[in-house]
Amino acid sequence: MTTAVSETGSPPEGQVRRPGLLTRARRSFDTHWYAWAMVLPVVVVLTVLVGYPLGRGIYLSFTDANEANIGRTIGVNHIPSTYQFVGLDNYWKVLSGQEGHFYSRLTWTVVWTASCVFLHYTIGLGLALLLNRKMRFRSLYRVLLILPWAVPAFVATFSWRLIFNEKYGVLNAFLAKLGAGPVDWLGDETLQKLSAVAVNVWLGVPFMMVAILGGLQSIPAELHEAAEMDGATPWQRFRHVTLPGLRPVSGTVILLGVIWTFNMFQVIYLLIGQGASSESEILVTYSYRLAFQGVRDYAGSATYGILILSLLLVFAVFYRRMLSRQESVR
Amino acid sequence: MSAMSSGTTGPVKSRVRGERSRGVSVALHTALVVASLVSVFPVLFVVFVSLRGRDGWQEPTKFVGFELSNYTHILKNTEFLTWFGNSVIIALGATVLGVLVAATAGYAVSRMRFPGHRPLMWTFLVVQMFPMAVLIVPLYNILGRLELLDSYTGLILTYCSISVPFCAWMLKGYFDTIPAEIDEAGRVDGLSPFGTFWRLILPLARPGLAVTGFYSFITAWGEVAFATQFMSSEKHYTLAVGLQTFVGQQKAEWGLMTAAAVLITVPAGLVFFLAQKHLVAGLTAGGTKG
Repeated sequence: MTTAVSETGSPPEGQVRRPGLLTRARRSFDTHWYAWAMVLPVVVVLTVLVGYPLGRGIYLSFTDANEANIGRTIGVNHIPSTYQFVGLDNYWKVLSGQEGHFYSRLTWTVVWTASCVFLHYTIGLGLALLLNRKMRFRSLYRVLLILPWAVPAFVATFSWRLIFNEKYGVLNAFLAKLGAGPVDWLGDETLQKLSAVAVNVWLGVPFMMVAILGGLQSIPAELHEAAEMDGATPWQRFRHVTLPGLRPVSGTVILLGVIWTFNMFQVIYLLIGQGASSESEILVTYSYRLAFQGVRDYAGSATYGILILSLLLVFAVFYRRMLSRQESVR
Repeated sequence: MSAMSSGTTGPVKSRVRGERSRGVSVALHTALVVASLVSVFPVLFVVFVSLRGRDGWQEPTKFVGFELSNYTHILKNTEFLTWFGNSVIIALGATVLGVLVAATAGYAVSRMRFPGHRPLMWTFLVVQMFPMAVLIVPLYNILGRLELLDSYTGLILTYCSISVPFCAWMLKGYFDTIPAEIDEAGRVDGLSPFGTFWRLILPLARPGLAVTGFYSFITAWGEVAFATQFMSSEKHYTLAVGLQTFVGQQKAEWGLMTAAAVLITVPAGLVFFLAQKHLVAGLTAGGTKG
């Protein structure tokens, strides 16, 4: 019972007679109770605050719950819930395209995620390569380039709304100096989307840059020297030494980037999501609006949430499998 | 390595590695200066507008009329300081609670092999993928039933659920780097596993704790969706909610918004620059080690 540290494996095996279930359970408890006690808080937190809500969410997505029929307490009166189980109805409505333009929104969400992560990664990689050389002002550049990361996302988004302002924005003021008319950056649908991508790229590049910089510095210099001695051009060295060396870091940051961007709430919601137009909303912000605007459609919102989660899970599984296949080829 | 390339004859070839021709050097610095301008401009612009008085934002290209009226106004006549205090209380609460919970779990997962070990690690990963959209409605209903809506406790608990899995994941990676001999030494000296953890490992893991603490702090500090729905009375707004009131649908007090933005960013930014180096190492280490 005093063995918790660096304990390896389950109770010793290879006994002649396997002890009864109860004995084994007690023995297992004796060996592992310390470990279990230490993970108990996390398990409780996750069960109560994630597991239970998730279960409720899944359940809600099979019902027609909304603000009008969900149980609530007004003053001293308790109104019981009257919503009903409707099976896969919600999923059918969403997936058949009857409700909420699911496919156009999904397309935009995928475009949004792909373009943001692509730009994050390529710009981050480019800047990291530039910064990874000996030169003057290197640490100054580094600090300046990390700056956007230090600004909380909601602050940055509001600041960009001011910059994009149609009438008084500094961007249009510059355009006017160049002789161009004012552009309604946050009004027009396409421009809205472009602006949102721009803001999110501005916010996300520093993280990628710093992570890749760390990855670059972990590639042994000898590899580059050897390649150079063999007469490899800079491009060849980049393709065959730098990129493979970055693979572990790239794999992680791209996976994280996709998850974060797919679920990015602040930028879309605070930049454009509160207006009348909802064409530029991604799945997450739309689901949020379903739940908290107009007649609160709890069931619809939950359905969207479950769909988002499933999409991400499928993506993560395929992505990891792809990565490990690449590893084994090499 | 310089010996090998400096022996050759041509003017280009004879450069030592790490040196560049003038043209390349100019191009390099130009690219970095342009990138730095793009990255710094919005921040400087906000500082600039905040110093231009209540309506200075309407003439963004003028360089006159600097005053501090926006700052004095938000500090004196708005609830800004209350919101700031709320944000600090909630973010600190979420940080302390989250890091404590995550540290014990991270340690157990790092040092002990127990039934349930793998599923737990797996859960940590999956929870990071949860869009808040799945959880927000059920959490809203649950907190409503527990009468924790519009309270600090409710939001602190919510933020814990966001940051704990990730923190546990990062801390596991950090504990893995502390040699197991230290635990053994503690055990020999008669400490219990928990004593070893508390007296020996936690102090050694201080940098890792700082990084995860910082991560959960900024997560809570910058969260919008939960705070907007859960905190319904103005007294309990966090900064993320309060800032929206300056630039709502009807009025647009951009002057006040910019001043508030500066006041929100300065403390967060300072802490950030102290922690960012470790933050990246922690983030990527947790992920790549698996």
